[in-house]
Amino acid sequence: MTIFKPKFLLFCLALALSGCQSKPQSLLYDALGADDGVKLIVEDFINEVLYDKRIAHQFNSTDLDNFHDKLVEQICQVSGGPCVYSGKEMKALHQDLNIDQRQFNAVVEALIKAMQNNNVDVATQNRLLNLLAPMHQDIITK
Amino acid sequence: MIKKSLICLSLLASFQCAAGSKLLGTAAVNHIEGSAGGGLTPWAVLSGYATDSEWGAATFMSSASVDDYALNAMGFALNYHDKLELSYAKLNFSIDAGLPDIDMDVFGAKYHAFGDVVYGDMPQISIGIQHKKVKDFTVPAAVGASDDAGTDLYISAAKAWLDGPFNRTFVVNLNARMSKANQIGLLGFGSAQDNGYKVSLEAAVALFVTRNLVIGTEYKQKKGHLAGLKEDDWHDVFVAYLVNKSLSITAAYIDLGDIAGASEQRGYYLSLQGAF
Repeated sequence: MTIFKPKFLLFCLALALSGCQSKPQSLLYDALGADDGVKLIVEDFINEVLYDKRIAHQFNSTDLDNFHDKLVEQICQVSGGPCVYSGKEMKALHQDLNIDQRQFNAVVEALIKAMQNNNVDVATQNRLLNLLAPMHQDIITK
Repeated sequence: MIKKSLICLSLLASFQCAAGSKLLGTAAVNHIEGSAGGGLTPWAVLSGYATDSEWGAATFMSSASVDDYALNAMGFALNYHDKLELSYAKLNFSIDAGLPDIDMDVFGAKYHAFGDVVYGDMPQISIGIQHKKVKDFTVPAAVGASDDAGTDLYISAAKAWLDGPFNRTFVVNLNARMSKANQIGLLGFGSAQDNGYKVSLEAAVALFVTRNLVIGTEYKQKKGHLAGLKEDDWHDVFVAYLVNKSLSITAAYIDLGDIAGASEQRGYYLSLQGAF
């Protein structure tokens, strides 16, 4: 008898999936540290981006204060906070920047680092990344 | 040689800045036959951290030890633009009973046809080919295999859920394989009585406990061609620690079932991978 039969795998899978619905989750915005937390994450994110040779040049002519404020609004809104994003559509913002997968991933890595710097736990990181990942289709133009 | 490889790998670990731009973990590790995957099965992702404008590569060293056999593998894989992976693995299968070792070369190619494992709704779909050749045909011939070489074809689908169960990133991979191999080719290909291709299925699930720690399990259906020598499906349960994009360590408990008349072959697997 072997203990790792397909049935056992299915059981593991079912167990894992049942975990999803077990408890109501806190508001993502609060898990990110609300207004103060999101602002700190965005500040660190911009620092990480400007430090990364793969993408820093894309921000040469960016008004960084405005970028900071708009990104705070956007993360606040998608995470369920009391904000409304007042910036332009993602597609319009990125269509002339010739962004490839490499640069998109560099931004994802910068965001992960910024969240790690602010001691955001993995579960909260994943909740935010999952909400932002679909922007992939509007941002990658190459 | 092991010492040299360790030095090499630790050098790689310190050069993480040279790594490509795929997200950590999305290059998987290298399965024993060389291509990106878990321990026992290839996955639809490609080895090395190249994205669509980069080159990548990975090298690995793996060792499995079960009750009556040991399997050692080493090899490398190259990744062009996250589109095409070329791999090579050298397998050494040693038998406690004192029979000669079986060495096998595996040349592989995997083409990333469409989809992306992380982004979008479609899974990442890849098709792969593996040409395998056993060096010394003595043992495979003795157990009734008809060929010392064979070619496997497989199609592979992988999908990750960034915010899966327990808010952890969760990956599922499924393969369908066409093969004439007996015990993945270590006991040759086909037999006089049974020489056709057979389709078998493979599945893997993995969960990223943290960005660096992955646990998972794999299942590999196996259909041999040798009369009278039972061949069992393979299973493993693994833990992989991704130090960074350049270095990973994988440990697994493996259950290989019956091999060439020796029953219930279970044991441990350890693999080191360097990538960029």
